[in-house]
Amino acid sequence: MLSTPDSEDAVIRFEDVSKTYKGGSRPALQHIDLEIDKGEFAFLVGQSGSGKSTFLRLILRELLPTTGRIYVAGKDLTRLHSWKLPALRRQIGNVFQDFRLLPGKTVFENVAFALQVIGKSQSVIKRVVPETLELVGLADKGERLPEELSGGEQQRVAIARAFVNRPKVLLADEPTGNLDPTTSVEIVRLLDQINKTGTTLIMATHDATIVNQMRKRVIELDKGVLVRDQAKGVYGY
Amino acid sequence: MRHVFRELGSGLKRNLSMTIAVVVTMWVSLTLFGIGLLAAEQVDLMKGRWYDQIEISVFLCVPNSSSPNCEKGVDATQAQKDAIRTTLEANSEVASVYYESKEEAFKDFTELYKDSPVMATMKVEDMNDSFRVKLKNPQEYMSVTTEVGGMKGVEAVQDLHKVLDPLFTWLNGAQVGTIGASALLLLAAVLQIANTIRMSAFSRRREIGIMRLVGASNWYIMLPFLLEALVAALLGAALACGSLAAFEKFIILDQAKPSITSMGWIGWGEVQWAMLWIVVTGALLAIIPTIVATRRFLRV
Repeated sequence: MLSTPDSEDAVIRFEDVSKTYKGGSRPALQHIDLEIDKGEFAFLVGQSGSGKSTFLRLILRELLPTTGRIYVAGKDLTRLHSWKLPALRRQIGNVFQDFRLLPGKTVFENVAFALQVIGKSQSVIKRVVPETLELVGLADKGERLPEELSGGEQQRVAIARAFVNRPKVLLADEPTGNLDPTTSVEIVRLLDQINKTGTTLIMATHDATIVNQMRKRVIELDKGVLVRDQAKGVYGY
Repeated sequence: MRHVFRELGSGLKRNLSMTIAVVVTMWVSLTLFGIGLLAAEQVDLMKGRWYDQIEISVFLCVPNSSSPNCEKGVDATQAQKDAIRTTLEANSEVASVYYESKEEAFKDFTELYKDSPVMATMKVEDMNDSFRVKLKNPQEYMSVTTEVGGMKGVEAVQDLHKVLDPLFTWLNGAQVGTIGASALLLLAAVLQIANTIRMSAFSRRREIGIMRLVGASNWYIMLPFLLEALVAALLGAALACGSLAAFEKFIILDQAKPSITSMGWIGWGEVQWAMLWIVVTGALLAIIPTIVATRRFLRV
């Protein structure tokens, strides 16, 4: 499917996207037009209710836009058949504020789970999972249960799980929201490291310090409107 | 695959009480369903056998007949008998007509009641002579009975349909009742399976959420649930098949067949056929509600 007409590099592309929820008084997103290139690191900032979550869920195609088109990895999501969704999701990793680890499974099993359920062989799992745990700095904690780990470590597990299948895009929704400032910085450094492997990274955050430190692209939403899209930006003006 | 079987095992264990409930409901309802099927086969068998042997008996007038078609005190005349025979033979439904004399009737009667005290009082003259009529199609008896029923010299027309039809009506009713009851129970089983699967999916919603997020296919997510329902249903179906086999062995072959030898009884062939239906029905009743119940969890 040929779908990204002007920019070959855009891995995510919004074309005049609006989203109104059923029964919602105002649109959650209004006329969003933007591109995010392959390998980019972008912060998505804005207050609660500004549309950040809607933005991320649209990329995942958990939602469809009311109007406009969204392209992810060359695919027009508004025309994507639902049976092709798993293939799309395999190209997008997800990290959340609440980690979402499976409590009964060890660190290794949690990361391996993401590969098992898409049918990867045991030999691939045995090779790739330790590599990924090494990358996130948990090489020696594979046999631990999530409850035995600190918040920062749990988020590293979640990042390992999101990244273990080497997705094209990694979406992080407030990944430092539950963490102390020092740990938050470490997590963002890890995300930056992952970004440097070529993975496009979008991180929704409230954390001004981190945004200001990193000097990456900043996309700011306010009440569903794109109010700022700035390369090497800071949190506020 | 390993994941699928592990999930299957943990699902069955987690919902053990619900799984047992599903198995038992399936067992009882499928057994009833199977017995309903066997009853249908049995009725067909009896119909075939009895209807084939049915003759219409046209009893002729004797001196002490009370029918208005008879003249008091005398036998039916030869002219009347000829007229009756001609009418019978002209009817297109009639296959053959056979005259049974009083002496032959008495001989049959003597054999049938040889030990009964009633024999002492009976004489040849007390018997009716009759025409025995065989039909081409045993179901088409009405035209014959109405045609000769009112003729002079006919005391009565007796046909076994009058006796058998209520019996078959009753048997058909029993069969409809069995199938109906099993249908209700099967409905209960279907709802139970849907609920069990919904509960099972709910208790695994974290896993399912992550599976969807990392791009597991719907088929892969649904498979453990499908197997869970299928295992429960097939277990119930296997028990139902066992019950049906026990029914055939202990009720039909050991009890009914030796005591009522005058008619055919369903054999293992029919039982196998019913078992096949039980297994197919059980499988479908597991698969359909599971797909419906999990659809909500798979929708994106």
